[in-house]
Amino acid sequence: MQKRNLRNLLPVMAIMLSVAIFSACGGRSGSESSDERRAARAARVDVLGAGASFPAPLVTAMADEYRQATANRVTINYQSIGSGGGIRQFVEQTIMFGMSEAFLSDEVMTNVESSTGGRAFNMPITLADVVATYNLPGISKGLIFNSEVLVEIYLGKITRWNDAKIKALNPDQNLPNLPITVVHRSDGSGTTNIWTSYFSRVSDEWRDRVGMGTSVNWPVGVGGNGNEGVAGAVQNTPGAIGYNSLSYALLNNMSYGYVINAAGNVIPPSFAATTEAANIELPADTRILFTNTPAPQGYPIAGFAWMLVYENLDKNNAIANESEAVELIEFLIWAITDGQELSEGLGYARLPQAAIDRNFEMIKQLKWNGEKIGEKVLNRVLNS
Amino acid sequence: MNESTKEILERPLHGVYRWWGDRVFLAVAVILGISIIALGVTMAWVLFREGSMAINEFGVWGFMKGRVWDPGVNFVFGALPFLFGTLVTSIGALAIAFLPAIAIGIFIAEYAPRWLGGIIENLIHLIAAIPSVVIGIWGIFVFAPWMREKVYMPVFLWASENAPSLLPIIGTPIGYGMTTATIILALMIIPYTTALTRDAIRQVPKEQREAAYALGATKWEVIRMAVLPYARGGILSGAILSFGRAIGETMAVAMLIGNKNTFPFSIFGPAATMPSVIINEFREAVGNLHLSSLMAVGLALFVISLIVNLIAAYIIRKHSITGGQAV
Amino acid sequence: MKTLRRRQIQDKIMEGLLVVSTITILIPLLIIIAYVVYNGFGALNWSFFTEELGSPARAMQGQPTGLVHTMIGTLVVDFIGLVLAVPVGVGAGIMLSEYPEHKLNPILRIMNDTLNGMPAILKGLLAFALIVKPMGTFSGLAGGVALAFVMIPIIARTTESSLMTIPWSIREAGLAIGLPRWRVVLSTVMPAAKTGLVTGFLIAFARAAGEAAPLMFTSFGNNYLPNHWTGMIFGPVDTLPQRLYSLAISPYAQWHQMGWAAAIVLLSFVIILFVTARLLTRQKNY
Repeated sequence: MQKRNLRNLLPVMAIMLSVAIFSACGGRSGSESSDERRAARAARVDVLGAGASFPAPLVTAMADEYRQATANRVTINYQSIGSGGGIRQFVEQTIMFGMSEAFLSDEVMTNVESSTGGRAFNMPITLADVVATYNLPGISKGLIFNSEVLVEIYLGKITRWNDAKIKALNPDQNLPNLPITVVHRSDGSGTTNIWTSYFSRVSDEWRDRVGMGTSVNWPVGVGGNGNEGVAGAVQNTPGAIGYNSLSYALLNNMSYGYVINAAGNVIPPSFAATTEAANIELPADTRILFTNTPAPQGYPIAGFAWMLVYENLDKNNAIANESEAVELIEFLIWAITDGQELSEGLGYARLPQAAIDRNFEMIKQLKWNGEKIGEKVLNRVLNS
Repeated sequence: MNESTKEILERPLHGVYRWWGDRVFLAVAVILGISIIALGVTMAWVLFREGSMAINEFGVWGFMKGRVWDPGVNFVFGALPFLFGTLVTSIGALAIAFLPAIAIGIFIAEYAPRWLGGIIENLIHLIAAIPSVVIGIWGIFVFAPWMREKVYMPVFLWASENAPSLLPIIGTPIGYGMTTATIILALMIIPYTTALTRDAIRQVPKEQREAAYALGATKWEVIRMAVLPYARGGILSGAILSFGRAIGETMAVAMLIGNKNTFPFSIFGPAATMPSVIINEFREAVGNLHLSSLMAVGLALFVISLIVNLIAAYIIRKHSITGGQAV
Repeated sequence: MKTLRRRQIQDKIMEGLLVVSTITILIPLLIIIAYVVYNGFGALNWSFFTEELGSPARAMQGQPTGLVHTMIGTLVVDFIGLVLAVPVGVGAGIMLSEYPEHKLNPILRIMNDTLNGMPAILKGLLAFALIVKPMGTFSGLAGGVALAFVMIPIIARTTESSLMTIPWSIREAGLAIGLPRWRVVLSTVMPAAKTGLVTGFLIAFARAAGEAAPLMFTSFGNNYLPNHWTGMIFGPVDTLPQRLYSLAISPYAQWHQMGWAAAIVLLSFVIILFVTARLLTRQKNY
């Protein structure tokens, strides 16, 4: 901790030094610009975040954009280490914000409350959607699945593509008599979390036998490492089915299926359908899974990616001073408003207004030494 | 060390400069030496402390024999798939690499002209020098796809036509898997066997060879009967050190083995090893027991490595010409 | 009893087999190098050496992106490792070679060999437990410590063997003119073994420079240069092997290209170190 303090002192010392030099120079022209540069450098802030890999392309693109918008003053270093890693490092207070596709469990929430005297906030930043990708000669996208068929394929109960249950959903398709090769992620992944959370919601058997998580004990199938590993295995094995994020499937021209949602509608995956899925009654802390969403036009295999922040920012060891906390809040506000503009271009669905409103409510409660700096920053930003 | 040296070394020391200087110098060297021992002990202790939760939960043998790695629902962790994956890939790699590695060692030491031997030697050293991530990226983008197209798919298609019962043994030909990882490992461990083989052969006394030649033996017969038996200690310990390398190899294997944590493994299909599961899951693990189980896998890896190195040290001492002393 | 003819044929066959297996092993090596050189140089461009990585969107949209922060970070972390490892390794090497009668030596030698053969990932786990957890943050320092654990056993080994090559008569000469033992080691033996020592450092440095596994949980990674130079030591730092790994397993073709470029840079760096080390050894042989 001593070393961190040293590091935290440096900007202060640098400012004092530059002020001293500036006053000594007495406004001599010529040295002014270099002093300004030095002061600008001293005012720079590094914000360290880490977690889920699914939103990483979006968050790092936001970081690029935000760095430009602040003229290199604020650097957001986001490392994709997986949702699990994001939660753990957040709890261990080695990062200023975490990122996860699973919200914090009640246990973690209670622990945080007892150790910091404030809550941990789960703030939706973007939406994650997972599609069933497959490799069937002669059949492009648009094969229709329902929850029962997907679960039974992944439980190893449906083993051939011309199974009666698949045929019943796709009477017009000429389904081949191919064995189904199930492909899943072998590394821990938030994509797996959403996929298995959908299965756990629609099937008691799945919930009791396999459950949900970033990595589970798969009943059948072969593992692929990363989105790419799954995609590679699917694309190279006729008869394979796997799951990928929608953006990845689009980027790589993969065939993906439509899914019948809870309301009984056939939903082709799209950004709009994903945003729609989240357009439901949200609890104040947004800790909700909406896989198998009740929204009639919502795509059922989707979820939030949350940014994890402490209510009492001063209690997070990774945040050294109030100005760092303010920078973090400003970035947070920017990410859920202006930052959302980046979404579609990168293959992400935008946050629904309901989620943004909930985020504002939570931001207002962010504190530094008991002072509600969140509200102050929010008012300042919204008014400017 | 001859007699006169000993006398000099043991001569009574006098003078503060001399007395204190030597004491302090020795003390510093010993402290630094001990810090290496401490490093090894600390490593074992840290792994044990962090892994103790899993060991308490499942027991040492329960953990090592456990076939299920389930971080999703039941939170049961068993290391057997990784132990199996590590041993199979390492033994397989050694089996592939052993003879060619010795052959190169013999070729360099006995057959090749000096300049060519030097070049080949440097090239073999180069294999050891290539960072394993570099071999890994080549494996991901060149070797694994090539193996899939040219080897796995033809075999798989042949089997699905003619011998469907073999399919579960052959496994899904996605390109990443046990065979791919084993072949890459074999390439990566060759330098260690080769280097020790060559050193051992070079230490065989000239007289030994000349005696065999004098009996009218051909060059190969000289090598087989006079040189190789003499060098067997070096060759064997080289092979064991290679095996140790194969066990610990992390990045290239993690990039190529396909990472499947559950039995059954298949020949072409994905599997996992102890280092690969640690690298893949350590940053992702959120549960304490999951994390502790990964540390316990690390501890098992430590123990296996230690045993392998002790065996190698023993063989070097037992079989080497000088009885373990440097010449 | 075999005839002479058959024995001669057998002799030729074995010679042929040896040549064939040598060639078979060297071919994949040359293929790997050819691919890395070809793809790597194809992917290298100026911005690779001047720009920071940023987001994958940069690469996909063709904006300039590179690994300047990674290359600087690699040097910083590697040198931290070297600075930490050299004293320990040299000290242990001196203990092994100059005090051969010391009781701890057999244990030290076996422990050192064991550590040398230990998977590098365990050294990363150790540095995570010893540095990252107490410090509360991932840092270049932790990465350097992990790499030091990789280098120490190699340096101890090479120091021992290069000090051993100095004949005892040199030490005897020093002792005979009345120098204390420590002066003999520092002023006579070590200078005489200088090239050997430096070669050992280079080999250890090169070996550590290629390690990715110990850095994943220690220096962590960074998409940019830190804002202050202290961030290189006390904050998360990018390093080539670890960045190469994450580029290679990423889902973006453009990042795969950067991965090849990183591979050629890393390979060249390591090979230059090794070649220097071997040239030094050759000089010593005169």
